[in-house]
Amino acid sequence: MSKTLEHSEVGHHDHDEPVFYGVVAEYDSGDKLMEAAEKAREGGYTQMDAFSPFPIHGMSEAIGFKCHKVPLSIFGAACVGAVVGLALQYYVSVIDYPLNVGGKPLFSWPSFIPVTYECTILLASLTAVFGMLAFNGFPKPYHPVFNTPNFDRATQDKFFLVLEDGEGFDAAKAESFLKGTGADNVTSVFADEAGAWSV
Amino acid sequence: MAHLINEKQQEVNELLPGQQSYAKIDDQIGSMILDQKRHPKIWYIMLGFGFLGANLLLVSIAWLVYMGIGVWGNNQPVGWGFDIINFVWWIGIGHAGTLISAVLLLLRQQWRNSINRFAEAMTIFAVMCAGLYPLLHTGRPWVAYWLFPYPNVLAMWPQFRSPLIWDVFAVSTYATVSILFWFIGLIPDFATMRDKTKKASVAKIWGMLALGWRGSAKHWHRYEQAYLILAGLSTPLVLSVHSIVSLDFAVSIVPGWNVTLFPPYFVAGAVFAGFAMVLTFAIPMRKWYGLEDLITEKHLDWMAKIMLTTGLIVFYGYLCEVFFAWYSGVIWEMAIIQNRFTGPYAWAFWSLWFCNGLAPQILWSPKMRANKLVLFTVCQLVSIGMWLERFVIIPVSLHRDYLPSSWGMYYPTIWDFAFFAGTIGFFIFLMFLFMRFLPVINIFEMKDLVFKKSHDHSHDHDHLLSASGAKGDE
Repeated sequence: MSKTLEHSEVGHHDHDEPVFYGVVAEYDSGDKLMEAAEKAREGGYTQMDAFSPFPIHGMSEAIGFKCHKVPLSIFGAACVGAVVGLALQYYVSVIDYPLNVGGKPLFSWPSFIPVTYECTILLASLTAVFGMLAFNGFPKPYHPVFNTPNFDRATQDKFFLVLEDGEGFDAAKAESFLKGTGADNVTSVFADEAGAWSV
Repeated sequence: MAHLINEKQQEVNELLPGQQSYAKIDDQIGSMILDQKRHPKIWYIMLGFGFLGANLLLVSIAWLVYMGIGVWGNNQPVGWGFDIINFVWWIGIGHAGTLISAVLLLLRQQWRNSINRFAEAMTIFAVMCAGLYPLLHTGRPWVAYWLFPYPNVLAMWPQFRSPLIWDVFAVSTYATVSILFWFIGLIPDFATMRDKTKKASVAKIWGMLALGWRGSAKHWHRYEQAYLILAGLSTPLVLSVHSIVSLDFAVSIVPGWNVTLFPPYFVAGAVFAGFAMVLTFAIPMRKWYGLEDLITEKHLDWMAKIMLTTGLIVFYGYLCEVFFAWYSGVIWEMAIIQNRFTGPYAWAFWSLWFCNGLAPQILWSPKMRANKLVLFTVCQLVSIGMWLERFVIIPVSLHRDYLPSSWGMYYPTIWDFAFFAGTIGFFIFLMFLFMRFLPVINIFEMKDLVFKKSHDHSHDHDHLLSASGAKGDE
């Protein structure tokens, strides 16, 4: 990380100086990508990412990535939705605007279930989508990895593995390592400008 | 274990005949947008047809807002006519979309992949049509926001004990969640389109929509979590929406309405109508655009089976209604059933039994399910039948209740029909725009199928399992 920061500073002062991002390897199948990622993790690389046109199950484990922010935040939002939905109805029907309807109690909770339920689902769903986007750092139209040659195929039919720059990262070593994993192409990728791309 | 793998493989192969590759999938689906010349003449005809319908809808709305809802045939005692019939009908049509997307995703049914995208689009457009009815039925749609609870200068709050307010929450939540579900599924496909197009200006538009998606494993990880949970949330949601719609009726004391059967029976009917509409679009579309390899005979067959199943549930509901009326011993309930059998609207009742009860039975035969003309005709009958079902429930129950002195008849006016035809046109208009300008089949999920298919000849079973997510089955 410190090296990245160092580079960022350099890039900040001098815009012509490209910032090193990492070494990217291109594969022609998901299986090769998976194998390479597993090998890289075993080889001690910690900062890496894989790119594929569709989700490959087990890939996040292969690159050593685990994250429960999305499910946890959805659960939290669902709880908030339920409480807010019910509280709203309680406030309206009991405190602010009490009306006697058919002799029912003011807090006739069974008839408040549908709205409470819908509020729960609504807030949870909004959190699922916008939480996912936020945790993934979207929208982010510019990212150094887009500078990889042929990277437009990453959303079509090619598979990429990037070993990211970091502390003690040796680009030459990474390059020769990736070449040994059955990659079609291995390239060092630079960012156009120093920027925050940490997510 | 090997046996299980073979079964899985066979299923994947049946769903994806022909030699498929990632690039071919991109081409087949993407070219519907990128190669605008690919669209047949029929597209223009249908769009023109839809455009006329959409204009008819605009005229009907304008006239209604100008004159008031007196232009409709609603009267006393039938305060709810075409507006609520069509509201429930459209909402029901929307349900197959969510069901295909969410329920089949949860059940890990891979055959959903090739139909979920346009079924979801259908849901959104159907909900848009549905939403117009209660909105305009209020008579003053410009103050429709009064239905929402917000601190206002009138010091008035909505009545939360009313099923009509539940409807507001249910339908608006449903519309929002359907759009979210659709959008989240589109993001990776937007990225594919962005990278596939050769025009920089078009790439910019796709690029904005794709939000910078780059297929990172970390992103896919969170994406899949969100997508799966969203499916889990929308499954009960779709059931709750139509249950709540049915409570609009069931919570009342009108004979023929006050039945506990309504929620499940309405939900089954919604699925029934929804699958009929999916097939109505799927059968011609796959032919016009040569998507036979993606939407296969197998898909049509499965959808026909679901239609048959839900049709039987619905028909069971009809029989139950008759039984309940008799078994309850309530004279008003018995009278309403007798009125359905022999009253002035008996034609609607018997047509309903024909369309929803009798006609779908032909789908028991595998030969008939495979015959697209038969299947298409049954779908049309089911759509009509489901409309008649709501007609039988609403005006037929309302027009004769407890007091003979307050009986009356309901006659829809030309504006009722114009509005209804208008929503159908609007729906067709949106569907055909969608077919041309958005990926009509989920690209990345189809590639996932190709990926699984590519493991057909692989001997590395362990690897296949870890890659296809079947690890949990061990």
